[in-house]
Amino acid sequence: MRIDIDKDTCIGAGQCALAAPGVFTQDDDGFSTLLPGREDGAGDPLVGEAARSCPVGAITVSAPAR
Amino acid sequence: MTETEPVAFPQDRTCPYHPPPAYDPLRAARPLTRITLYDGRPAWLVSGHAVARELLADQRLSTDRTRAGFPTPTERFAAVSNRTVALLGVDDPRHRVQRRMMIPAFTLKRATELRPEILRIVNEQIDAMIAHGPPADLVTAFALPVPSMVICALLGVPYADHDFFEGQTRRLLRGPTAADTRDARDRLDAYFEELIDRKQKQPEPGGGLLDELVHQQLREGELGREELIALATILLVAGHETTANMISLGTYTLLQHPGRLAELRRDPALLPAAVEELMRLLSIADGLLRMATEDIEVAGATIRAGDGVVFATSVINRDEDAYPEPDTLDWHRSARHHVAFGFGIHQCLGQNLARAELEIALSTLFDRLPTLRLAAPADEIPFKPGDTIQGMLELPVTW
Repeated sequence: MRIDIDKDTCIGAGQCALAAPGVFTQDDDGFSTLLPGREDGAGDPLVGEAARSCPVGAITVSAPAR
Repeated sequence: MTETEPVAFPQDRTCPYHPPPAYDPLRAARPLTRITLYDGRPAWLVSGHAVARELLADQRLSTDRTRAGFPTPTERFAAVSNRTVALLGVDDPRHRVQRRMMIPAFTLKRATELRPEILRIVNEQIDAMIAHGPPADLVTAFALPVPSMVICALLGVPYADHDFFEGQTRRLLRGPTAADTRDARDRLDAYFEELIDRKQKQPEPGGGLLDELVHQQLREGELGREELIALATILLVAGHETTANMISLGTYTLLQHPGRLAELRRDPALLPAAVEELMRLLSIADGLLRMATEDIEVAGATIRAGDGVVFATSVINRDEDAYPEPDTLDWHRSARHHVAFGFGIHQCLGQNLARAELEIALSTLFDRLPTLRLAAPADEIPFKPGDTIQGMLELPVTW
């Protein structure tokens, strides 16, 4: 799974980290970021929920590029 | 669209945790219908959940209430609509600059770090209630002081001034007259003018967010003084008043659902879901306002540039396509994706803090006062009128 976070759009609401705390966190400035080692979503079923929770649609989840 | 006369908006609730029965036609007319505002002006009313999420994230809808023709729900709102409200009354790109300065203080991590302090404040208020003995008004003894103390600590506002700012907030949001609202805004401005002066003169900054903003962003010119005052006002007002309403109305709602309350007390792991469901069901900020800056095609209708658009969160959060049996309090559903905190770039900055406060306040209250109950007939306890943030005016309890 490929997860892209548009940090330019992110408003730091933290809803991704609330929905899928095993994959997302907030950096020191409050912006969404992926936890080290979890950049591919680690098969967490909550990743889609996290993307849908984002109030500004900053998270894109897609199949990995071949 | 229906042939009938548009419903007047806002209207008073008849039960403090349900939307007014007068909104039934709005609930039936999803996802979009027409309403009439207090001044006779028509506006769009968004009632469907999916369309609400789409439109709240659409930046062709402005929140800048200083724009000519911005929809106004009350005369007193109109009386101060020439004054810029920071964050929620500012569009991008300036909104983005303001929001980015605030984010680090309101992250999930920061809210988690504040939990021990919130628990300490909550316990202190309950100690005082126990020492005084029953009965008590839960609004003045608990629901209001807890979030006031928390936001004061976070911002660096002296809690000793709480009678002043709580009173002015009440006048700002509920008048009763337009002159009250204008005067309250002036007094809050003057208060922060002086507080910022004092903070500027301190050689060493204090530990609050305002101290940081004064000693960095204001000094470096990233923020103007007027803008900082507007930010301080909205953070303080929104930071205590909304959470206070959720605590009072949340407690009332739980006491009216004894079976649910018993379940929650048996299984504290349900707490986060319970808070989310209460947020959805109570929808205390019921009437988010926008104005279209361009024509917008949505749900088979055209919202014209200049049209007012109102989001009735109590109706949107009870869209049965999103939430089956929407009028039932049930935290076993997924209440996630409700719009009680808004959606889009203006989604509540303090939502992570609010969740922490609600979880701690409600669970600790029922833990420590297990026999807590209403001290007056439920249907005689006064609550707020429909044209402001919803909540209890008082909440007589005993234990």
